[in-house]
Amino acid sequence: MLRDITLGQYYPGNSPVHKLDPRVKLFGALVYIVSLFVFRGILGFLLATVFLIFVIKICQVPFRFMVKGLKAIVILMAFTAVFNLFLTPGEHVLFHYGIFTITMEGVKNAAFMLIRLTYLIVGTSVMTLTTTPNQLTDGLEKALKPLSKIGVPVHAVSMMMSIALRFIPILIEETDIIMKAQMARGANFEEGSLIVRAKNMIPLLVPLFISAFRRADDLAMAMEARCYEGGEGRTKMRPLKYQGLDYGAYVLLLAYLGGIIFLRFFIV
Amino acid sequence: MSIILNNVSFTYGEGTAYEMQALKNVTLKIDDGEFIGIIGHTGSGKSTLIQHLNGLMKAVSGEIYFNGRDIYEEDFDLRELRTRVGLVFQYPEHQLFETTVFNDVCFGPMNQGFDKNEAGLRAFEALRMAGVPEKLYYQPPFDLSGGQKRRVAIAGVLAMKPEVLILDEPTAGLDPKGRDEILDLIAGMHKSKKMTVILVSHSMEDVAKYVQRIIVMDEGQVFLDGAPREVFKYYKELEKIGLCAPEVTYLMEDLKARGMAIDGDATTVEEAKQSILKLFQ
Ligand SMILES: Nc1ncnc2c1ncn2[C@@H]1O[C@H](COP(=O)(O)OP(=O)(O)OP(=O)(O)O)[C@@H](O)[C@H]1O
Ligand SMILES: [Mg+2]
Repeated sequence: MLRDITLGQYYPGNSPVHKLDPRVKLFGALVYIVSLFVFRGILGFLLATVFLIFVIKICQVPFRFMVKGLKAIVILMAFTAVFNLFLTPGEHVLFHYGIFTITMEGVKNAAFMLIRLTYLIVGTSVMTLTTTPNQLTDGLEKALKPLSKIGVPVHAVSMMMSIALRFIPILIEETDIIMKAQMARGANFEEGSLIVRAKNMIPLLVPLFISAFRRADDLAMAMEARCYEGGEGRTKMRPLKYQGLDYGAYVLLLAYLGGIIFLRFFIV
Repeated sequence: MSIILNNVSFTYGEGTAYEMQALKNVTLKIDDGEFIGIIGHTGSGKSTLIQHLNGLMKAVSGEIYFNGRDIYEEDFDLRELRTRVGLVFQYPEHQLFETTVFNDVCFGPMNQGFDKNEAGLRAFEALRMAGVPEKLYYQPPFDLSGGQKRRVAIAGVLAMKPEVLILDEPTAGLDPKGRDEILDLIAGMHKSKKMTVILVSHSMEDVAKYVQRIIVMDEGQVFLDGAPREVFKYYKELEKIGLCAPEVTYLMEDLKARGMAIDGDATTVEEAKQSILKLFQ
């Protein structure tokens, strides 16, 4: 559980997808999501499937990690499917009983909706599985840089995000240890009424807050000792720079998007 | 009365990309009244091991018996086990939370279900045993020095009157004087209260002086288990896993290598002195 949050769902690896610039992957995820809602008909569906399988194949992450995210939205998917199935009006009625009507169009809608949701989750999982949260913030910062011209504090926000990301696992680990230390003294975090339970949290929260404040203090001090003073003129140790691979990926993505749009508007 | 571990294994993050087997088939028997030192390199699984002894962590496979009862049985009272096997964590900052030292030490006995008076009585006794000066009893625990905090943390566990006391690196971050004081205190408790004491440490020196039995951990496995003098005979193997025997072991081995007829298995400075003096008598 700990490491889940620590690294997002990052699955360490060395594939071409892992090596891509995070900006490319952000853009790619966006393109793929858009494409899922643009495509229509069997050809578009085929193209989206082939593309997804292609990316999954080259990113070398075991398939079971890809579909892990689906578990979280099973209920949403079930609802969507049921609503689409029963509430789509159409001419080809397949089944009719009382107020329940299933039409051919409904079946088609439900199936496509399920496919869209599944691909959406799997597709974005490819991004989060191959990119650490820190890389993502880095990519976001660089991609949104132009906004700082109109006064959006892009650097400060992304710095806050990376510090938060850095601290979440530390605090979770600490919560775990403090909880155990108090349980070793007989504390009970699981039983009792709501009020009792809230009161039982005090032995956990006090040490946790004290340590969080201490850490924040230490970090601020350490940053100041290294002359950190914020955005303007700051350079990165590892600046993001596009490589040949990234340009190739952009071309591929644009070709894919073009293909989807072409299929949608010119074929069916 | 004993704690028995049978083939205990534990894996962190099972089923994720970050699986880490921290214990591998550990089999141990800990008897009543023993004074044990657990030693091992950073990451060898010491902390993981001791958290199994009071049921804070659940083994992935294997069994643990406390006084002959399987602690993973459905109706086994783990909360009671934790009051009988007291565990003091490495950093006192992780457990101090009350407004005063005294109240903090009362936390354990109160959780055991004792009323205020009885809990207070136990707290006083524990604080005295742990050597906390009386003028600190009603101070906030956060204002104390590192060594004092550690004593308060130990008192917080002692107040539950455990039969087994486990301490995770009780000397980390203390100066030599503070370290000796804490270790003397622990040794004293083992002697006077006949408690089973398990001490986790990095330092052979610390442990050699006090304990009767040393368990050496390496990469989640029990590497050596025996009396200090037995264990230190393997000082060459110990070096390979990033540990070392106490200084005197090396001195004695050196002397022996140069042809002095001493028995080389002294583990403390005192023993070494005696065996060298014997030679000149
Ligand atoms: N919460 C955790 N999640 C994942 N892995 C962990 C966790 N805690 C410990 N580990 C890993 O398990 C192994 C054993 O850790 P453990 O804390 O038991 O070692 P240790 O012997 O107590 O080390 P130290 O002397 O540094 O305290 C280590 O490799 C560590 O990285
Ligand atoms: Mg440890």
